[in-house]
Amino acid sequence: MARDAIRFWRNGQPIEVSGFHPRTTLLDYLRLQERRVGTKEGCAEGDCGACTVAIGRVRDGRVHYEPVNACILLLGQVDGTEVVTVEDLAQGGELHPVQSAMVAHHGSQCGFCTPGIVMSLFTLYQEAERPLSREHINDALAGNLCRCTGYRPIVDAALEACSGAPQDAFAKASETTARGLAGMADGHDLFIGNETRFFAAPASEASLAALYAQHSDATLVAGCTDVGLWVTKGMAELDKVIWLGRVASLDRIENEADTLTIGAMVTHAQAFAGLQNIDPDLGELMRRFGSAQVRASGTVGGNIANGSPIGDLAPALIALGSTLELRQGETTRAIPLENFFIAYRKQDRLPGEFVRRVTVPKIKGNEVFRAYKVSKRFDEDISAVLGVFKLTLDGRRITQARIAFGGMAGIPKRAVETEAALAGIFLDEPSSWGDALAAIARDYQPLDDHRASAAYRATVARNLVFKALSEAASGATRATRIIGLREPLEAAE
Amino acid sequence: MNEQSKAFAASTSPLRGEVAPQAREGVGSATSSMSALPPHPGSLTRSDPPTQGEDGEFLRHVRKPLPHDSGPKHVQGVAQYIDDIREPEGTLHVAIGQAPKARGHLVSLDVSAVRNTPGVVAVLTIADIPGKNDVSPAFGDDPLFVDSEISFLGQAVFAVVATTRDIARRAVKKAVMEIESETPSITVEDALARGETVLPDYAYGRGDVDAVVTAAPHRLEGQFRVGGQEHFYLEGQVAFAIPGEDGDVHVYSSTQHPTEVQHVVARVLDIPDSYVTCETRRMGGGFGGKESQATQWAVTAALAARVTGRPCKIRLDRDDDFILTGKRHDFRCDWKVGFDTEGRIQGYGVDLLARCGYSADLSAGVVDRAMFHADNAYWMPAVHIASKRLKTNTVSNTAFRGFGGPQGMLAIEHVMDQIAWATGRDPLDVRYANFYRQGENLTPYGMEVEETDTLLNLVRRLEETSSYRERRKEIAAFNASSPIMKRGLSLTPVKFGISFTLTHMNQAGALVHVYQDGSVHLNHGGTEMGQGLYIKVAQVVAEEFGIAMERVRITATTTAKVPNTSPTAASSGSDLNGMAAKVAAGAIKKRMIAYAAESYGIPEEQIEFRDDRVFIGNESIPFDELAKKCILARVPMSEAGHYKTPKITWDRAKGTGRPFFYFAYGAACSEVIVDTLTGENRVLRTDILHDVGRSLNPAIDIGQIEGGFVQGMGWLTTEELVFSKEGHLLTHAPSTYKIPVASDVPADFRVALYPNSNREETIYRSKAVGEPPIMLANSVFCALADAIHALDPSKPVPLNAPATPEAILRACEALRGRPMG
Repeated sequence: MARDAIRFWRNGQPIEVSGFHPRTTLLDYLRLQERRVGTKEGCAEGDCGACTVAIGRVRDGRVHYEPVNACILLLGQVDGTEVVTVEDLAQGGELHPVQSAMVAHHGSQCGFCTPGIVMSLFTLYQEAERPLSREHINDALAGNLCRCTGYRPIVDAALEACSGAPQDAFAKASETTARGLAGMADGHDLFIGNETRFFAAPASEASLAALYAQHSDATLVAGCTDVGLWVTKGMAELDKVIWLGRVASLDRIENEADTLTIGAMVTHAQAFAGLQNIDPDLGELMRRFGSAQVRASGTVGGNIANGSPIGDLAPALIALGSTLELRQGETTRAIPLENFFIAYRKQDRLPGEFVRRVTVPKIKGNEVFRAYKVSKRFDEDISAVLGVFKLTLDGRRITQARIAFGGMAGIPKRAVETEAALAGIFLDEPSSWGDALAAIARDYQPLDDHRASAAYRATVARNLVFKALSEAASGATRATRIIGLREPLEAAE
Repeated sequence: MNEQSKAFAASTSPLRGEVAPQAREGVGSATSSMSALPPHPGSLTRSDPPTQGEDGEFLRHVRKPLPHDSGPKHVQGVAQYIDDIREPEGTLHVAIGQAPKARGHLVSLDVSAVRNTPGVVAVLTIADIPGKNDVSPAFGDDPLFVDSEISFLGQAVFAVVATTRDIARRAVKKAVMEIESETPSITVEDALARGETVLPDYAYGRGDVDAVVTAAPHRLEGQFRVGGQEHFYLEGQVAFAIPGEDGDVHVYSSTQHPTEVQHVVARVLDIPDSYVTCETRRMGGGFGGKESQATQWAVTAALAARVTGRPCKIRLDRDDDFILTGKRHDFRCDWKVGFDTEGRIQGYGVDLLARCGYSADLSAGVVDRAMFHADNAYWMPAVHIASKRLKTNTVSNTAFRGFGGPQGMLAIEHVMDQIAWATGRDPLDVRYANFYRQGENLTPYGMEVEETDTLLNLVRRLEETSSYRERRKEIAAFNASSPIMKRGLSLTPVKFGISFTLTHMNQAGALVHVYQDGSVHLNHGGTEMGQGLYIKVAQVVAEEFGIAMERVRITATTTAKVPNTSPTAASSGSDLNGMAAKVAAGAIKKRMIAYAAESYGIPEEQIEFRDDRVFIGNESIPFDELAKKCILARVPMSEAGHYKTPKITWDRAKGTGRPFFYFAYGAACSEVIVDTLTGENRVLRTDILHDVGRSLNPAIDIGQIEGGFVQGMGWLTTEELVFSKEGHLLTHAPSTYKIPVASDVPADFRVALYPNSNREETIYRSKAVGEPPIMLANSVFCALADAIHALDPSKPVPLNAPATPEAILRACEALRGRPMG
C-alpha cells in the first residue's frame, strides 16, 4: 500500500506533510510554509551554499549528518530523514560550539552566507575525524561562498569548534533520533498526488519499473542537483516526479577483487572511498566533484544518466572501461559506458528505462592511471577540460592506452587517435611522443564557450597528454602538479 | 517557550565560555590586542575597564576588537534581512519583464497573456508611471521601463505583480515583444568604432609627455586590459514597499543609499520626498553594487504598491541579478612610458578606456577615480592621464569597492613590471626608485602627498618581514630546476585617496537620543553591509558618554531620522558617521555637564563621564540618574549631529586641487606557483601590512583587509565576465562565475596593521579601510606575471586581467614562442 504523505524528523518530533506540489523545494517549504527564514536563498542553483541545511540519516546504527543545498532539494526527498536548520542549533539559551566560535573569531560580516556556513560546519563538527586540518575544512566549505571575510576567520572558527569530540545536544540525542528515524522507515511506496501530478518514491525496483512503464513521461529524480535547476532556473513545471531515493536495491556498493559495482543511487559521498581505493587520482577527482553538499545529494547514476558533456564521472569511468546496466520493465541489459552517450544530451536510454548500476574494473599492476581536472577555480567548478588516462605497460613501453576527455566534445568521448598513437611508444624516449601529442588535435574539435576557448582546450588537452606521459615516465608528480600530489607529503618537500 | 523565542533568548544572552580567539599565526604586534575577547554588546554581563593607549589616552571601547554587533544573530539565522520580514496579509510579488535584445526599438508589447495568468494582479508598464520614467542617480538616462529605445539585453520593459513570486516569475515569460533590433556595441572596440560615449572625455596632466617619452633613454608602450567584476553580494537585490495613507510609502530596501532611494521613489511616483521613507537595517553585502543600483528595484516595488494598494516585494533571482545590475568597469589602458636606466619614470601617458555600459550611472566618478589612481604611489615628472567613458549595449557598470581606483592602479603596477623586465632590475627596486618623496610629491592632479615617509617605511618593513630578498633567491633557484612549475613573487604598494571626489558628498548626519533610563538610541546616515560600521559608530558614542556598549541601541538607517545623506561608499562610513555621531553625543553631553555644573555648583571641567557614571567633583552618580535629572530639568536630550570633511577642494575643469582629505596606505607581498602546461595556479603565501591609522576596531579592520584582499584576488584571477556578441552575459551565476572559495585563500596568510596615526583630525585618528585592501591583490597578479616571466626572462609577459588559467597559459605559450590559437 502506498503512503500519501512524507514523514521526517524535525526538532525531536516526526512531521508529516502531504498535498504539496511535486516541484516544491525544501527551501521554499522552510521559508514559506514553516516560516523559518534563517535558511537563505543565495543563488537557487546549489552553488553558494547559503541555503545549506543538515540532513540526518541512520547508518551503522547512528545518525549521520550531511549538508545539502535546500534550494535544489525537493521537499519529498527529505522523507525518512531528520532535517536540521540553523535555528535549531542554539539550545537552552546557549549557542552551539560552532556558532560561538564563529562569533568569537569574527567569522561573519554581512551574515547572509553565515547560516549556511554554520550548517556546513555543524556537519563537520558531527562527522569529521579529529584532528581536523585546514585542508579538510576547506573541502567542507568548498560549497559555501562568502564574499566578505576572506574565509580565514571561518576556518579558524572551525578549527576551534572541532578541536574535541562532538558533545552537543544532537550527539546526545543520537540514539533517540535513530529510533525515531527507524520508526518512520516503513518500506512502503510513496505516492503523493494524482495521475496527472505526483511526487512518487517507489520502495522497490519492481514498483519503480511498473510506475515508470506507466508514466514514461515522468521525470526520474536521483539527487536533484541538476533537476533542481530545471525548476528554479528553467521554470519547468515538473508535474510528475519519480524519486529513486527509496528504491532499496539501487544504493548498493559491491566491492569485488577486480571490479567495483556502484548502484545508481549511491551518492558521490558514498562512492568516494571505493573510487579512491581504485586510484588516488580518482579520489582527488571526487574530492573536487561539486561540493560537500552536491556530493551528499548527487548520485553516480544521476551523473551518468543525465548525460552532461561536462560531468566529471563519465570520462573517468569510460577510461577505466566500465559497464553500465539498465532496466526497463523486467528486462535488463549491460553496455559499455561509452556507448551510452550518443550525442549532446542524447543517451541510449529507452522510454521507461532507468540506469541500474555501473561496474568499474580496478587498476591492474601493469596499468598507470591519471586523471586531470582543469577548471577556472580548483574547487567547486565545472571542468573546462577533464582528461583521464589508463596506460597499460610492458616494462617501459606502452602497449595499450584508454583515454577519455570531458569538455572536449558534446559527449564524454574517447581519444581513439591518441590511443592508437600511444601504443608501442617508450616512456623513456620523449622524442617518440610527438605523434601522440599531435593526434589529440584529430580526436576533438572543442567548443568556445564561457569556460574556455577552443584554442585553450586544444592546447590543454595536448599538454595533458604530455603531462600524463611525463608522470608515467618519472613516477612522480611534484614537478608537474600544484595540488593532488600522489607522493606522500614528506616526499614532496 | 517556543523554538523561535528560545533562539531569540540565545541571541541576547551571554556567549558561552567567552572563549578567547587563538592568536593568529603571523599577526604582528600591531594586532596583539585582538587576543582578549571583549564582551559582546548583546551581553549585559561585563564592563571592561578602560585601558591606556600608547599616547596616554584612556579608552574603554574605541580601539577594542569588539565583534560585529549582529554576530550572534547572524550565526543563529535570526538577523533579519528584507526577505525575512514577515509579510503582511495580501503581500504581492513582482518580477521583471526583460528585453530579449541588446539594442533596438520596442515596436510593440503585448502583455495580455501575462495579465490573464491566474494569480497575476497587475502588469506595470511605462503607462503606469505617474512621475518621471527615470531611476538614474544623476544624469536622467536610466529608465524604469523601456520607452522605445532598448539599450541592453535584459533591460526592464515591464513588471508583473502576482500573488506569489513563483506565479510572477512564470507569468513574465508570456509577454510578446516586437523589436526592431540593431547590432549592439559590446566591447570597448565596438564603442570606439561607433564613437559613442555616456559622458565627455576628460584628461589632465603636466608637461609634454610625448616629447619627454620620445627623448627618454628607454621607452615602452602597450595595451593592457583589466576585467570587470560582479559584486556577488550573497543577498541579491531586494525591496519591499508598504503603502500608507495619502499616497505615502514605506520602502525597505537593501541599499547603500537610502536617501537616493527616497528621492527617486518620490520622483517616479510624483510625490514629495517627505512622503517616502526608506529604511535599511542591514544588507547581505553591498560592495558598491547597492549604491545606485538598488534604487530601481525599490522604485519598482513602490510603484507596484501604489498601483495595487498592497504591500509589494521584489527579490531578484540570482541570474537576473547578474543580468540586470551593473558591475565593476572593465578598462583598456593604452599606455606609454619613458624612463632612465634605473627604471625611474620620466614621462607616463595613459588612456583609460572604460566600458561604462548603456548609461552614465556613476561612471563620472568611477573613471575620475581611476585617473586619480593612475599614479598609485609613483612620482611622474611628465604625465598625461586621459579617459573615455564608452557607451556599450550592456548593463550599466557601477560602483564596486575601489570605484575605478583598482583599475587605474593595476595599470601602473603592470607598467612597473614592464620597466623591470626591460631594465632587468628587480621589480621592487623599480618601485622604490619611483616612490613619491620629499620634493617629488605632487600628484598628476596637483595635490601634494604630505605623508611620503609612511609608504616608504611601510614597504621597507614588509620587505623585511616577508623575507622578500631571500625568497627571491630561493624562487630563482627553484625555477632554474623546474621546467613546468614556476613560482613568482611580487610586492606591490597601495596609496588610496580618501574622500568622495564630489566634494558636497563629504557630509553626514547622526541622531542620538538619551532616555530617562540611561539607554541611548543611535541612528546615523551610514548603512550596514557587513563592514562593521554600526559597531564602530556605537563604540564612538559609548566612549563619548563613558557608558557600556549595551546601553547604546543601534537602529536601522532610515531617511525619517537622518535626512539628505550620502551613500555609504568611498570607504567614508566611519570617518563621516563616526564624527557626526560624536558631534551629536558630544552636544548632549555638554548640556548634561552644564546642568550638573549648575546644580552641583562644580566647575564644568571637574565633571567627567566614565564607567557608566558621572563624576562631579568629589562625588559621582550613575549616568542614568543624571539623565533622569536632566529630563526633569527640561534639558534637551536629543541631538542631530552633522559633520563635513575639512580641507578638500577640487576644480575638475582645471584638473587641480585637493580632492582627498588624506591617503590610506598598504602593501602586500604574494608568492604564487603556476603550472605552465595548464595555467592553473595557486597563491602560496601572502604578507600584508596595512595602514588604518589608529584603528577604531582592529578586529573589524583586519576583517576588511583580509576580505578585501581575497575579493581583489578573485577579481584578478578567477572572476571573468563573458558577454556574447549578441550581448548575452554568459557568466550569470555562481556555476559559471567563480569567486574565491576557502581553498583559494593563501595557506600562509599573514596580515598586520601598520602602526600609524592619521595626521589629519579624523575620528580617533583612524583611517578609512573599506576599499584600499582590494588593491593589495595587485601583488597576486604581478606575482603570476613574475612566474610566467621565468619561462623566458628576455621577454615581457603579455598577461591581462583577470589572470584566468586560460590567460596565463596564453601568456606562457607566447613566451615559449608558440602562440595559442
